[in-house]
Amino acid sequence: MSLLEVEDLHVEFAARGLDNRVRVAQALNGVSFTVDAGEIVGLVGETGAGKSLTALAAMGLLRPPARIPRGRIRFEGRDILAMPEREVEAIRGRRMAMIVQSPLTSLDPLKRVGDQLIRMQRVHGTTSRMAARERALAMLAAVRIPDPERRLRAWPHELSGGMAQRVLIAMALVNDPVLVIADEPTTGLDVTVQAQVLDTLRDVVTARRLGALVITHDLGVVAHYCQRVAVMFAGRIVEDGPVRDVFARPAHPYTQALIASTPGRIARLGFRVTGGTPPDLYDLPAGCLYRDRCPRATTACLAAPPRLAVAAAHGAACHYAGEAA
Amino acid sequence: MTAPLLAVRHLVHRFPGGVKAVNDVSLDIAAGETLGLVGESGSGKSTIGLLVTRLLAPTAGEIRFEDQDITRLPPAALRPLRARLQIVFQDPWGSLNPRMTIGRLLEEPLALHTRLDADARAAEARRLADRVRLPVATLARYPHELSGGQLQRVSIARAIANRPKLIVLDEPTSSLDLSVRAGILQLLGDLQRESGVAMLFISHDLETVRLVSHRVIVLYLGRIAEEGPAARLFDNPAHPYTQTLLSAHLPPDPGIPLARHEVVGEIPSPVNLPPGCFFAGRCPIALPACSAAAPDPVVLEDGHRAACLRVATGTNLLAPAEERP
Repeated sequence: MSLLEVEDLHVEFAARGLDNRVRVAQALNGVSFTVDAGEIVGLVGETGAGKSLTALAAMGLLRPPARIPRGRIRFEGRDILAMPEREVEAIRGRRMAMIVQSPLTSLDPLKRVGDQLIRMQRVHGTTSRMAARERALAMLAAVRIPDPERRLRAWPHELSGGMAQRVLIAMALVNDPVLVIADEPTTGLDVTVQAQVLDTLRDVVTARRLGALVITHDLGVVAHYCQRVAVMFAGRIVEDGPVRDVFARPAHPYTQALIASTPGRIARLGFRVTGGTPPDLYDLPAGCLYRDRCPRATTACLAAPPRLAVAAAHGAACHYAGEAA
Repeated sequence: MTAPLLAVRHLVHRFPGGVKAVNDVSLDIAAGETLGLVGESGSGKSTIGLLVTRLLAPTAGEIRFEDQDITRLPPAALRPLRARLQIVFQDPWGSLNPRMTIGRLLEEPLALHTRLDADARAAEARRLADRVRLPVATLARYPHELSGGQLQRVSIARAIANRPKLIVLDEPTSSLDLSVRAGILQLLGDLQRESGVAMLFISHDLETVRLVSHRVIVLYLGRIAEEGPAARLFDNPAHPYTQTLLSAHLPPDPGIPLARHEVVGEIPSPVNLPPGCFFAGRCPIALPACSAAAPDPVVLEDGHRAACLRVATGTNLLAPAEERP
C-alpha cells in the first residue's frame, strides 16, 4: 500500500458566463499516481496543467465550485473523499502537511514565528505549551535556521525569503506528518537559497522516511531532488517513471518537447519546438489532448491513449510511447 | 576605434531610504551585441536597466548612448531618443494597457515617433505582428484574451516598432512556461540577426543568459563581480561568488552531478554595505585585505575580468565541492 494513492481523479468547475450559460471547465481529467514512504515524487507541468489543483485535492481542500465527479484519493489506505470533514481535519496538518509557494504571504504577519509554530501543534491539541515551544525550537534547528532561539521571537517581516520558506517547512513538519506536499517550494527564491531549502527538505524526508510530493515547473528541481516524476498536461498525467529514466528516454512527445525547451538542450541542438496553447478546458476535445501540438499525431490520436509501459515503472499516455520518433 | 553603442561609466544609484542599489558600475555594449546581466535579488540588475533607459535618473556616473551623454538629459530631449532605446519588462500583463486592442498597442509607438498616417500605421502594425509571429486575428483582440507568451510578443513588437539600436530586456521570459520561453528566445535571436539590434538581457536564469548572451556581467550587491565572454565565464568562473552561484544552479539533467560550494551567512544589507569586497563576509577564501578596500577588477584574458584579490595570485578557485547524489 502506498502512502498516497490518487486514482483516476477528475475535477471540474462550473462557471456562469456573461451570457448566463453555465459552462464546465474540466480541470483534471483522470490523474493517477502514488507516493510511497521515503521517496520524493515530482509533479511537473506548465501553467494550468492542474498541478496545484491536484495538491489541493489530495489535501482534501477543494471547495465548491470545484467538484470531483470521479476518482479516488487514498491516504494511508483510507479514502479522503469519502471521509467526513472532521476526520480530514484531524489528518490535515498532522499526518499530511503542505508547504505552499509564497512564504511571506503564508505566514501570519501579526504573529511571531514561534507562536505560529506552537499554535500549529496546539490546534491538534496534543501538547502542552512548554513542550510545543521546545519542539518548535527543535524544528527550526532541524531546518537549519541559525540562532533558532532568536528566530522564535522574530516577526515574519524580519525574515528573508529563504528563511521564511524554511520556517514554512518547519511548520509543515512540526506535527511529524508522514506525507508532505510542497507546491513550488522554491519558486521565487534565489538559486543559492533554493539549493539550501531543497537540501533541507530532502534531508528531513530521508531522515524521517516521509513521502513527499514536490510540485514544480522547474525540471532542474525534479532532476536533482526527486526519485520519480509525473508529467502533467491539460489535467492528465502524460508520463511517469523514475527520474533518470524519464530524462534519458522521455516517451511522451510532450515530455520530449519540455526537455528540448531547456536552454542547455537548445544550445546543443538548436530550437526544435515552439510552444502552443493548451486545449480549452471548457471544450475539451476527445482523444489525446496534446494532439494539436504533437508532431507525431495521426488519426489514431483521436482516441484517448492508454498508459503504455515503456520500461519498469515507466509509462506514457501515448499511442506511440516508446517507439522511436 | 568607434565609440560603443552604450557606454556606462561609474554608475551609482541610491534609492530614497539609503538603499545603495548600484555601486560604481561601468559597462559597454557594442552594436549588435547581447550583454547578459545576471545576479540574485537585490543585485541591482533591474535598476541598471531602468538607469540606462533613463527611466530613472542616476545618482552619479555617466551614461552615453550613440556617443551622446544622456546622463542628465531632460525628458523632452530624451523622447526622440526613446525610439532607438527601448525596454521590455518581465510582466506583459502589467505593461500593456488593458483597454487598448493589440492593434492599437502596436500602432502607439508609431504614432509617437513617425509621421505615418492611420492607414500606414495599421499596415505597419500588421507587419510587426507578422515579424513577432502573432496571427493577424490577434490585432482586434484585447490583452486579456491573449496568453502570456503572445503578450510578450506584443511587448517585443512595440519595442522594435521604431527600429531601435538597443533593447533592454528585463527578465523577458521569467514569467513564461518553458516551451513558450523557447519560442520567445528564438524570436529575439531572429530579430537580432535580421536587424542587428543590441540587447541588454537581464535575468536571474543562468542557463537562459548563457544561451542568449555574447558577453555576461555577474552582479553582486550592485557591483560587478565578474565579466567576460559567455562561454568562458560560465566554463571558468573566476570570482568566488560566480563559482558559488554557478555551482548552485540545478541543470535540468539528472546525469549532471551537482558539486555545490556552500555559502555561509546572509547577504549584507544594501543600506549598510561592508567596506571592501561585498562578498568577503561570505567568501570561504577571503583574506584580511578583502575587507579593507574594494578590489579592482583583475584581467584574466580576452575581456574576462574578476574583481577579486586572489585572482592576481591565481589562488581564487574554491576547493572542489563534494559531489552530491
